[in-house]
Amino acid sequence: MKRVYVNEKWCLACHLCEYYCAFANSGETDMVKALKDVAISPRIRIEQQGDISFAVSCRHCTEPLCVKACISGALTQTDGVIAIDRDKCVGCYTCILSCPYGAVMPSPQGAVQKCELCVNNAQGAPACVGGCPNRAIVFEER
Amino acid sequence: MEYVIIGNSAAAVGCVEGIRQRDAAGHITIVSQEAFHTYSRPLISYLLLGKTDEQRMKYRPDDFYEKNGCTLLSGRRAVRVDGTAHRVELDDGTALPYDKLLAATGSVPFVPPMEGLEQVKERFTFYTLADARALAAALEKPRRVLIVGAGLIGLKCAEGILARASSITVVDLADRILPSILDEEGAALVQRHLEAQGVRFILGDSVARFDGDGARLKGGQTIPFDVLVTAVGVRPNVSLLKEAGAQVQRGVITDVHGRTSLPEVYAAGDCTQSVDTVTGESRVLALLPNAYMQGEAAGISMAGGEGGVDRAMALNAIGFCGLHLMTAGVYDGEVYEKKDGSSYKKLFYADNRLKGYILIGDVQRAGIYTALIRDKTPLDSLDFELICEKPQLMAFTRAERAKKLGGEA
Repeated sequence: MKRVYVNEKWCLACHLCEYYCAFANSGETDMVKALKDVAISPRIRIEQQGDISFAVSCRHCTEPLCVKACISGALTQTDGVIAIDRDKCVGCYTCILSCPYGAVMPSPQGAVQKCELCVNNAQGAPACVGGCPNRAIVFEER
Repeated sequence: MEYVIIGNSAAAVGCVEGIRQRDAAGHITIVSQEAFHTYSRPLISYLLLGKTDEQRMKYRPDDFYEKNGCTLLSGRRAVRVDGTAHRVELDDGTALPYDKLLAATGSVPFVPPMEGLEQVKERFTFYTLADARALAAALEKPRRVLIVGAGLIGLKCAEGILARASSITVVDLADRILPSILDEEGAALVQRHLEAQGVRFILGDSVARFDGDGARLKGGQTIPFDVLVTAVGVRPNVSLLKEAGAQVQRGVITDVHGRTSLPEVYAAGDCTQSVDTVTGESRVLALLPNAYMQGEAAGISMAGGEGGVDRAMALNAIGFCGLHLMTAGVYDGEVYEKKDGSSYKKLFYADNRLKGYILIGDVQRAGIYTALIRDKTPLDSLDFELICEKPQLMAFTRAERAKKLGGEA
């Protein structure tokens, strides 16, 4: 399946992926309205140290420990994409305890949030990839 | 192929999903003592808290059995396993033949003998949905609750009924709360947090006897109460397989594929003991993620595959009134410690490996630590200072990161 892959050699630490992610999942149609004066909580996050930087988001594992460990049945994997049912999630954070990439995080709306490859929002394709100015994030089969 | 599963919780569901990865046709019968659709047991405290409801706490969707070709015998109890004739006898006198059997019989609450306990009219355990319903009914009017046991079940119960009870007192023989997962300092931090919410603790003491409407403690004080919850612990429910002749210690002995010592009989979940990948010791690890994964491995094996992965370990993610804590592995070896405000972190390491951790407050990305323990990653292969500071992929080498973020996960 197609996944999001990052190449840290090309990452500029511009954090645009984080903003595109936050916009894509805001439900807003206007980027300014979605992001102006808002403390964003993106599902893709940049790690940065000295001159190294790279983005981390859900790897949509073939052996998803978060889904297997989920105590409520809120995390499911359909056609390879791991998604969270926020109505079912009680916020126990067992998924955060389980994810080897640190790619599941508490959501400001309660429950947890994670990258769903933009299949459950209006984008249809990962917004972080489209917004990356240096092709450090790609969406492809490997 | 006739598969029979005794039990209807996480290990049973894991087994169904494991079987269906390899065998779409075989028939699966699930024997469930509780007359409910599969639900998540740990969610009963969230149910009382109002964070979920009986529909949303279902562990799998309403069409789970139908979609997976399962017959659910609901409200039926298995009374005997005949390992020679390959059949399970039920409480209604019928018998189910099996080609492959999974015992996923879970735990049963352990209620220690206490003088005068039988005279306590309103006493409850806190383990099943029926328990939660009964406790909710007893707390329709605010009443004074005594909880015996300051472990995970007792304290999740306390959190769940905080808004319903007029007072909550928790008594435990141990000198600290959550003794199975926290060290002294961490326990004190969580205790202070719960006390600030109104929970009262009496530690290092136990009930000598119940008389009238009170519990007289060995230390001398009397605790008046209306409703009693016993949450001292649970024991693996092993009786069926023990009587059938399977090898049982504290839990049913299984290999990594869920096989018991009886041919074609598997076991998974809280009724079993498994090899802790951190210590190499066989012990009961009654935790939902382990149960699901053991069940899934057993299901794959039952359908002719090899599904076992050696990764059972102690893991807890739990929260009380907004304070999150996570613990993993064992607390042996050298300690890295970091404390600020209400946040608390201890990493335990030995032999160049991370062995365990306790995180309270800031629990973000803890899974990176969990993976280091599970994968036995040599600590000298990463930047130790960075990994101690916080869980981050930056601590790995560039090559390792390229594998993690660039390859198929």
